[in-house]
Amino acid sequence: MTVRRLLGLVRWYLRELTGETAYDRYLERHRLAHPGVPALPRREFERRRTDRGDAHPGARCC
Amino acid sequence: MTTPESPTRARPNWRSILIWTAVSIAGAVAWGMIALVRGEEISAFWLVVAALGSYAIGYRFYARFIARKVLRVDDTRATPAERLDDGVDYQPTDRRVLLGHHFAAIAGAGPLVGPVLAAQMGYLPGTMWIILGVIFAGAVQDMVVLFISMRRNGKSLGQLARDEIGPIGGAAALIGVFSIMIILLAVLALVVVNALAASPWGTFSIAMTIPIALLMGFYLRTLRPGRVLETSLIGVALLILAIVAGGWVQASSWADAFTLSPQALVFCLVVYGFVAAVLPVWMLLAPRDYLSTFMKIGTIGLLAVGVLIVAPTLQTEAVTDFATNGLGPVFSGSLFPFVFITIACGALSGFHALIASGTTPKMIQKESQVRMIGYGAMLMESFVAIMALIAACILDPGLYYAMNAPAGVLGTTVESASTAVANLGFTISPQDLQAAADAVGEESLVARTGGAPTLAVGMSEILSSVFGGEGLKAFWYHFAIMFEALFILTTVDAGTRVGRFMLQDTLGNVWKPLGRVGWKPGIWATSAVVVGAWGYFLYAGVNDPLGGINQLFPLFGIANQLLAAIALTVATTVLVKSGRLKWAWVTAVPLAWTALVTLTASWQKVFSEDPRIGFFAQRERYADALDAGEVLAPAKDLDQMRTVVVNSTVDGVLAAFFALLVVIIILNAAVICWRAVRSPEPLPSTEAPYVESKLLVGAAAGPASGTPSDGADAPGDGR
Repeated sequence: MTVRRLLGLVRWYLRELTGETAYDRYLERHRLAHPGVPALPRREFERRRTDRGDAHPGARCC
Repeated sequence: MTTPESPTRARPNWRSILIWTAVSIAGAVAWGMIALVRGEEISAFWLVVAALGSYAIGYRFYARFIARKVLRVDDTRATPAERLDDGVDYQPTDRRVLLGHHFAAIAGAGPLVGPVLAAQMGYLPGTMWIILGVIFAGAVQDMVVLFISMRRNGKSLGQLARDEIGPIGGAAALIGVFSIMIILLAVLALVVVNALAASPWGTFSIAMTIPIALLMGFYLRTLRPGRVLETSLIGVALLILAIVAGGWVQASSWADAFTLSPQALVFCLVVYGFVAAVLPVWMLLAPRDYLSTFMKIGTIGLLAVGVLIVAPTLQTEAVTDFATNGLGPVFSGSLFPFVFITIACGALSGFHALIASGTTPKMIQKESQVRMIGYGAMLMESFVAIMALIAACILDPGLYYAMNAPAGVLGTTVESASTAVANLGFTISPQDLQAAADAVGEESLVARTGGAPTLAVGMSEILSSVFGGEGLKAFWYHFAIMFEALFILTTVDAGTRVGRFMLQDTLGNVWKPLGRVGWKPGIWATSAVVVGAWGYFLYAGVNDPLGGINQLFPLFGIANQLLAAIALTVATTVLVKSGRLKWAWVTAVPLAWTALVTLTASWQKVFSEDPRIGFFAQRERYADALDAGEVLAPAKDLDQMRTVVVNSTVDGVLAAFFALLVVIIILNAAVICWRAVRSPEPLPSTEAPYVESKLLVGAAAGPASGTPSDGADAPGDGR
């Protein structure tokens, strides 16, 4: 495995893990489900995604 | 990828047989070194080999057996993530990413603290329990609960208990979860208080995490929405700066402002806990969570590298006298049952059942992945516990006891601590004790109970010999303190919120407005109740003359293992009800073990005649003395005598209450199991019906270009 590929892998993993790719996935999904309808801009999408946490707390263990 | 029920049995593969024979031999030699070699110095390297070898075998053989024979995972069956995919709650997630999420949610300060305290019994009992416990109990619980919840569209443990056992079992589980959460938060907060008291360096660095998190929150919200990676990098850089700056603050005239008493720290934590629970998550909780995840993965990786490079020598005996005589200063009671409740996270932790029945089951792509995510993540946590044990056992025992015995025993000066340690049968000179404190940049290390400072000293030993030498010891010490406090504060944030939601949910049945998640007065009132509840135990722990950790940690262990008993009861009941009586031992044996441990421990804590162990015997001893107007050491005046009486009463009642809950749930489940076995036809299934899976894992669901294919072997899967 080349260093480049390894770095790509780490970057892919960290982006997936932190949810940075959630918007890309949303766009893809939105395009399939509602073609032609404009999607939410990133700012609005991220705002809604984070604010969901207010009503859906995730437990963290000891 | 594991295919369940493969139609043809694979031919023996010589390469695989050779590899697994080598792994078994390496593991067996390492176990032999740890358990049998006496009178020589044992390297921590053997602990690592024994652990990794055992994990590999457990994962390859036992976990696979459970997945195939017991759970009968079926990759042709669509998971809830596939069937109910809504892009929000339910979405198929790459198994390696989900493993990361799951691990970050289950691993916290628990596996770091318990093993450090249990080191007073020697390194052998802790090592054996961490490794065997995880393979046969802890990882099994996590995996089976994850599977059961996944088959039921991701139901929570409370719902599972109600559906599978009945309303009484369900109610008992709900009360259990809530009370455990309160004790857990109090004990974890107590660890932070003990680590930060009278330490301006630590207090400053931890205080700085609040503005750092707020800054990250605003940055993510307004400047760069969604750019979590760059925000986290900025946060981590600021965090390192805060640790370094702590040293400057300690040396400056600001030091006094950050030198706080334990009581003042309790006040700060309670206020912080309340504010954090009512603020919107984007401001504080979400950025904190990113920071703590990065620090967690980074630091654990760093420590693993350090242990492997340095291979430090263990200074502790294999089994100390405290294991048999039960007179240990860190926590009282003998090896059985107290090692098994002191080390909860890392071996068997009931709390994980809440995570395994929360978001994770809604994101699994394929059923067979419960092995990697449920069993695998728990093995990783167990490895963290082994490293914490190593960090504690490489310390000189004299220093270990000078840091971990209660303040009431040690006094406040290095001289009094040195004398007290000599009375315990170990030696450390006052000069050495002061030198150890100076080396890590602390005023004093005497009676820094709670496990975090001890772990931090051990980690600074290991990390400074790889990176930076003696000169960086103080930095690494405070780095370790920061890393633990960061986890714990995140848990306190999140735990208070979860507790508040449970309370709102329950009270909403009585009075509607309280149940509304958007109603501010309701949020404030319920948050205040939750914070007040853990704040009470925290305050009691800080002021307890007998030592808060000594008193409260057993209660936390009992509570956590009680939750494990509930989870394993649910698991066993489901196996029996679904006609798998033959395999029910897989969860019934760990259930019997944890029930035995929890009930023995609570029995001793309630009924023991020995005031060091039994809460009520302790109460009686102090109450009698109080009536006679006497003051018993370590209490210093009549007020402290009254504190002991109140605390031991509350703790004793709680221990009895926890035991009662376990008994109710197990009896209720036994009735259900009996009915299931007697019933001529199987009881109605609560599983979501079978739907064929159309999801192809590998090509279609794999990540975009330049990223790995999904065919990579799981860790420990040597095929």
